[in-house]
Amino acid sequence: MTYNVDENGYYGEFGGAYIPEMLYPNTEEIRQQYLQIMQDPVFEKEFNDLLRDYVGRPTPLYYASRLSEHCGTRIYLKREDLCHTGAHKVNNTIGQILLAKRLGKQRIIAETGAGQHGVATATVCALMGMECIVYMGTVDIERQAPNVARMKMLGATVRAANSGSKTLKDATNEAIRDWINNPVDTHYIIGSVVGPHPYPDMVARFQSVISAEIKAQLQEKEGRSRPDYVVACVGGGSNAAGAYYHYLDDTQVGLIAVEAAGKGVDSGESAATSYLGKTGIIHGSKTLLMQTPDGQITEPYSISAGLDYPGVGPMHAHLYASGRGEFISITDDEAMKAGRMLARLEGIIPAIETAHAFAIFEKRKFKADDLVVINLSGRGDKDLQTYIDYFKL
Amino acid sequence: MSMMNRIQTKLQEDKKLLSIYFTAGYPQHGDTVKIIQSLEEHGVDMIEIGLPFSDPLADGPTIQESSTHALTHGMTTEKLFSQLQGIREKVSIPLIIMGYFNPVLQYGVEAFCKKCREIGIDGLILPDLPLREYQLQYKEIFDAYGLLNIFLITPQTSDERIREIDAASNGFLYLVSSASTTGAKSGFGQDQQDYFKRIAAMGLRNPLIAGFGISNAETFAQATEHTKGAIIGSAFIKYLTENGADSAGDFVKRIR
Repeated sequence: MTYNVDENGYYGEFGGAYIPEMLYPNTEEIRQQYLQIMQDPVFEKEFNDLLRDYVGRPTPLYYASRLSEHCGTRIYLKREDLCHTGAHKVNNTIGQILLAKRLGKQRIIAETGAGQHGVATATVCALMGMECIVYMGTVDIERQAPNVARMKMLGATVRAANSGSKTLKDATNEAIRDWINNPVDTHYIIGSVVGPHPYPDMVARFQSVISAEIKAQLQEKEGRSRPDYVVACVGGGSNAAGAYYHYLDDTQVGLIAVEAAGKGVDSGESAATSYLGKTGIIHGSKTLLMQTPDGQITEPYSISAGLDYPGVGPMHAHLYASGRGEFISITDDEAMKAGRMLARLEGIIPAIETAHAFAIFEKRKFKADDLVVINLSGRGDKDLQTYIDYFKL
Repeated sequence: MSMMNRIQTKLQEDKKLLSIYFTAGYPQHGDTVKIIQSLEEHGVDMIEIGLPFSDPLADGPTIQESSTHALTHGMTTEKLFSQLQGIREKVSIPLIIMGYFNPVLQYGVEAFCKKCREIGIDGLILPDLPLREYQLQYKEIFDAYGLLNIFLITPQTSDERIREIDAASNGFLYLVSSASTTGAKSGFGQDQQDYFKRIAAMGLRNPLIAGFGISNAETFAQATEHTKGAIIGSAFIKYLTENGADSAGDFVKRIR
């Protein structure tokens, strides 16, 4: 039994490539080449050198003693917030830009919600001297203004997505339409473990460095490579996929996925896909999806732009359906308070997405000697205005 | 298949076929049947009835907006089927439902196909249901209810894949004229003609019907020079937006 992808691009019943023929040549080109490219020693060296010297890896695994004492269990933080650009997203964009170069592409497109993936894409495009266009929902452009400015500073073009709820889903739609219109010279750097096969697997592999490092670092600090739990917030699911990756088939390690409940799972304003979703097709993948009984995709809501997505990656849909993963939903209010708690206890202001993961201690008890690793996926600089407004700072 | 499907019969006629796409429930919720009847009366050969979807990835702004409008005004799969009840007492040309796969999946693929058969729908075009998934999971169901599944090919589709799609098809191949979403203004240049000519010369089993970027008599003539027919969608929807459902016939008169 494996919880990883099979040879057809499925995680259990989820995944596949439900794409119009217009996108077939592009995704097929990647499917045929990605494993070979990623396993090429020259590529591996280039990727690992950049992760070390440019991104700043390995990121620390930090024992959070005050937080541990407060929550009554033993908590380590995987400090992805210390990556260059402020979140784990750059692990994937470094990998995909190197892949795009191998495929001979000259133009890069991306979607972004919180702007972290947009910034990470704009960053690697600047690094490689490639044209960069980032699609972002109009609502997100407003609530994540600092990241919009960063992308522009880096030379990227930010294009507003005005359809639907004007958030991440709609930005993704626009990026896919761009790719349909520019099939030859363009590579689409998807930022999460979503989209048609092989994207979920490719992005998970690029992010898997997170759990590879956790294993080695825990071994060094605790004399064991296996925590009792790995906790991560899940929108599309890329930071969680990276943090779980090397533990997927090790069922002694509990995998906890934290979703955004928005104003409450039953409030009609939520993004808790595992609770509210049914199997469907979104952005080329069969997965759990928030939708009407008629199969129309419904508009999600979360205070955090990065979790404001009506679907979830197929790996996570499978973790949920199979019972391998434990899914917990956290409201806006709970997340904001958890963000402040982390700031006051450990001197770390997390991204609001990440703050959701820290709210689980109110919902779920851990034993005093449990070893819990939380993936601290991003820092909160971009969210300062939201924190200011919420806490009237 | 024991009985010939209406699409197959139509494809044997010695003429260039004009096919029209429109979004069900647009411009008004109750316009669907009126538009279908009017198109047949004015000599249209085949109709694609668009089942609206919230997130139509392969469509440009015109079809996106018409879909959103139709959904906002209450169109659902169930309502479309109820509007189409009895349609075969009124029109005899081939009718195809075109839409995205998710609404079909939620309705239940078999229930959807069964309903299509009862109503007299002849085929489906579901751009985001690719060949492989279709063959592995759904082909038997489509076949059991006598529905043709129409596949798209594009300028980037390799010859090898075109042959694979041709072998799996029993109606026509939907020849997407250029790398674009629907309604993109590319016009017809030498590139399109060369591409159509190249595909026509492959000697495929299935006739070719061109679509995307065809908007008037001139582009219809160009698109059908090397193909069996052409599909007009966005241009027709724009015309309906400006002139209302009663103008459907006027639009057709401008094409032929």
